[in-house]
Amino acid sequence: MRTITLSVNGEDLTVTVEPRESLADVLRERLDLTGTHLGCEHGVCGACTIEVDGKATRACLILAVMAEGRRITTIEGLRDDPVAAVLRRHFHEQHALQCGFCTPGMLIMARDLLNRSTPSSEKDVREGLAGQMCRCTGYAGIVRAVLAAADETTSTRSPTP
Amino acid sequence: MKPAPFDYVRAKSLGEALAALGDDAMPLAGGQSLLPLLGLRMASARLLVDIGHLDELRQSSATDATVTLGAAVTHAEIEDGRVPDPGHGLMRSIARKLAYRAVRNQGTIGGSVAMADPAADWPACLVALGATARIAGPDGERRVAVTDLIEDIYTTSLVPGEIIVSFDIPRLHAAAKTGTAKVMRKTGAFAMSFVVAVLHDGDQADRIVLAGAGRRAERLAETSDAVAAGMDEAALRAAVAADLAGLMDAPDDYAVRLHTAVVLRALAEARRS
Ligand SMILES: Cc1cc2nc3c(=O)[nH]c(=O)nc-3n(C[C@H](O)[C@H](O)[C@H](O)COP(=O)(O)OP(=O)(O)OC[C@H]3O[C@@H](n4cnc5c(N)ncnc54)[C@H](O)[C@@H]3O)c2cc1C
Ligand code: FES
Ligand code: FES
Repeated sequence: MRTITLSVNGEDLTVTVEPRESLADVLRERLDLTGTHLGCEHGVCGACTIEVDGKATRACLILAVMAEGRRITTIEGLRDDPVAAVLRRHFHEQHALQCGFCTPGMLIMARDLLNRSTPSSEKDVREGLAGQMCRCTGYAGIVRAVLAAADETTSTRSPTP
Repeated sequence: MKPAPFDYVRAKSLGEALAALGDDAMPLAGGQSLLPLLGLRMASARLLVDIGHLDELRQSSATDATVTLGAAVTHAEIEDGRVPDPGHGLMRSIARKLAYRAVRNQGTIGGSVAMADPAADWPACLVALGATARIAGPDGERRVAVTDLIEDIYTTSLVPGEIIVSFDIPRLHAAAKTGTAKVMRKTGAFAMSFVVAVLHDGDQADRIVLAGAGRRAERLAETSDAVAAGMDEAALRAAVAADLAGLMDAPDDYAVRLHTAVVLRALAEARRS
């Protein structure tokens, strides 16, 4: 076991972990941040997607010890983010979730997509979110929500903390 | 999906990483292949030596003739054009379709080559571009062409304790034409068939390189010659079939149709480029 300090959503948190523990497990089991979901645990489903140093990252494919000294943002840290707020509203309006299991990863990735580009077609959104699986909605509502949010946020970008 | 216990050290320099890589230790770069394998318990290690952030592996440089990319340059950095592209856009376009953005942000070109997955994208690209790997080890540095470094499925000539530092990649001729094509079960999944075509690269021979069929990415010799000789489609199809017979044990009809279609699509894209 070793004691490390993780910067999560702007807060320095000290936690004792085994080197083999994924960041996702440490966030959920040791830091009680259960907004990061775990589906496949090998990079395919996208449920665990978070940001590390501002870059979308699979929390199941990074060890907590690798993340020491880096800036971690989880879905809990996007409460006041302007792009995430627009996305949440359109997800609500377009029925872009049912069970909600995929939603945290979907929102993180959709926000990343909108911060990097302005998707203008269904194809852009489907390609950008190809690494995020949803077992409930059939994706149609998600695609509509992200396109609507893209329209609204053409000049809005998340601040870099 | 919990790996067996191991120890972890973040090396501060290449020298420190080489010194730490003793028995039963493995370099860890982006972790996008190694961590799933450890989780599935298809790999195991006593110690992971984190090399992903080392300056020596993060540097890139360029001359008129050659681009040098550090082994720990990520797929996303190539996609975003943050490093020079010796293929005049070829590497960027390959990166854009490799896995998913969240994987590309961490996964590295050196990790992809060291992994030597027979369906991976960078080995095929680097073979087509004629890249050479610079490797540091306990006995000093050596250089080896990527086409020789990758020997077989998940097998390279790297010996324990060695680290790929960078790749020297010759720039394509300004008039060179390039194309790629990829068939996969789902966007971002490993290819069932992936082809990189490089034509008219100065006085260099044409290269049609295929991944997903054989035990490693290979230049299709007969196909490349047929393309250079300007043969018609029927002759090209026959050349691809002949190359496949050499790469695979008894390729079935589906494999022949799949890989032929992907070769023809990559060629069409190269000719349009
Ligand atoms: C969901 C998913 C989809 C993917 N899809 C694709 C795809 O479509 N195409 C594709 O090509 N790849 C794909 N990949 C694999 C991805 O490209 C990996 O990032 C890459 O194969 C490994 O790079 P890494 O830096 O993560 O290496 P790591 O996982 O850290 O290491 C991989 C292996 O290489 C060794 N290693 C790493 N760096 C070095 C070095 N510099 N010198 C010596 N040895 C080293 C390690 O010890 C380990 O054995 C996918 C991965 C995932 C999770
Ligand atoms: S749990 Fe990480 S990608 Fe599925
Ligand atoms: S809403 Fe249930 S998995 Fe997407």
